[in-house]
Amino acid sequence: MHNNHRDHHSHSDGHDGHDHHHDNHYSDMQARVRALETLLTQKGLIDPAAIDAIVETYETKVGPRNGAHVVAKAWSEPAFAEWLKADATAAIARLGYTGRQGEHMRAVFNTPDTHNMVVCTLCSCYPWAVLGLPPVWYKAPAYRSRAVINPRAVLEEFGVTLNADKKIRVWDSTAELRYLVIPERPAGTEGMDEAALAALVTRDSMIGTGLALSPETAR
Amino acid sequence: MNGPHDLGGQMGFGPVAPEKDEPIFHAEWEKRALGLTLCCGAFGAWSIDESRHARENIPPADYLSASYYEIWIRALDTLLERHGFATREELFSGRDIGQGAVPKRILKADMVPGVLARGGPCDRPVHREPRFSVGDRVRTRNFNPETHTRLPRYARARAGVIEAVQGSYVFPDDNAHGRGENPEWVYTVVFDADEIWGEGADPSLTVSIDAWESYLDEV
Repeated sequence: MHNNHRDHHSHSDGHDGHDHHHDNHYSDMQARVRALETLLTQKGLIDPAAIDAIVETYETKVGPRNGAHVVAKAWSEPAFAEWLKADATAAIARLGYTGRQGEHMRAVFNTPDTHNMVVCTLCSCYPWAVLGLPPVWYKAPAYRSRAVINPRAVLEEFGVTLNADKKIRVWDSTAELRYLVIPERPAGTEGMDEAALAALVTRDSMIGTGLALSPETAR
Repeated sequence: MNGPHDLGGQMGFGPVAPEKDEPIFHAEWEKRALGLTLCCGAFGAWSIDESRHARENIPPADYLSASYYEIWIRALDTLLERHGFATREELFSGRDIGQGAVPKRILKADMVPGVLARGGPCDRPVHREPRFSVGDRVRTRNFNPETHTRLPRYARARAGVIEAVQGSYVFPDDNAHGRGENPEWVYTVVFDADEIWGEGADPSLTVSIDAWESYLDEV
């Protein structure tokens, strides 16, 4: 066994260690992913320009500004808010936000009584079409494990303290419905137009780990 | 399966660490990992349910120490090998050693906007009435399959209330294993925290899951 083991290593010299324990393949993700992309390109299975186009979409086109537009419109137009409650997918599509990880949307409205918060305990389900790609913390074990058992402590870590009598509703997105939290409209925003309101809507306020900004904070 | 992904209520991961002004990607390879995952998904060889199950099957110690894009790449390697697009040797040497399976579709850059904007809706008609109505009390089943399921452990054998009938959708427990889409009605089921967490539960907390009909029994 011992000799075999040494032989195994001597044969691997100069290569990239593909005979090693599988964990080694993932110690350098930059190299691992580059090798995979090269292989699949050589095989004619992928178009690297398609990857560029996907990345560009989520870097420049699809992000939380989409969701902020939805929220600001809901704050400004009661009829749109009612439509969002009744058929979020259609109402959001009307603003041009459709597609991957936004196919089946639900909007949940914060009220003076209830604060909503969204998690995916099983993976990383997130409403890409309106919020873009999820932040690292949303996909990480600390958030996924604790959001459903101790959301108040999680909120404190985001700097959010709710009144003790405020109810908390956590939505675990275990199916293909994707949830957008509509935060409460901040005080002192009467008369503000949709664009100014959208600037108060943070990504976290649409996940439920934050609140919308007050006009003073946003300034 | 009772895998490392099923994190709701687990403890010991420490506080959530939100990153101020978090970038969309933290490294170049993350961009390529996202793009590769979507490009290979476009082959049409596996469903989102099968890819989720491939991620869940990563050994717990690896899963919990990996970043989310690393989880995706580990699962992608599994799927590419399982469906014959590349051999394990090719995947880890990066060298093309021969023809593999032929995908139904190769995603080209000019197809990306359309594909992302369409997404992959998974609602499907079912030809029977929903078994449950809003307000019904239900109990989730107690099962521990080694196969894919979207009923998290913390929400098994718990009594809750049907809050919404959300439509009918592909059943992941079957679809992940190539047993067909077999759509079922999906319900939002809401639980009092006390029912899930028992002593010491936050009395102001309710938690909901989205549950396929066969996860539920009448109370």
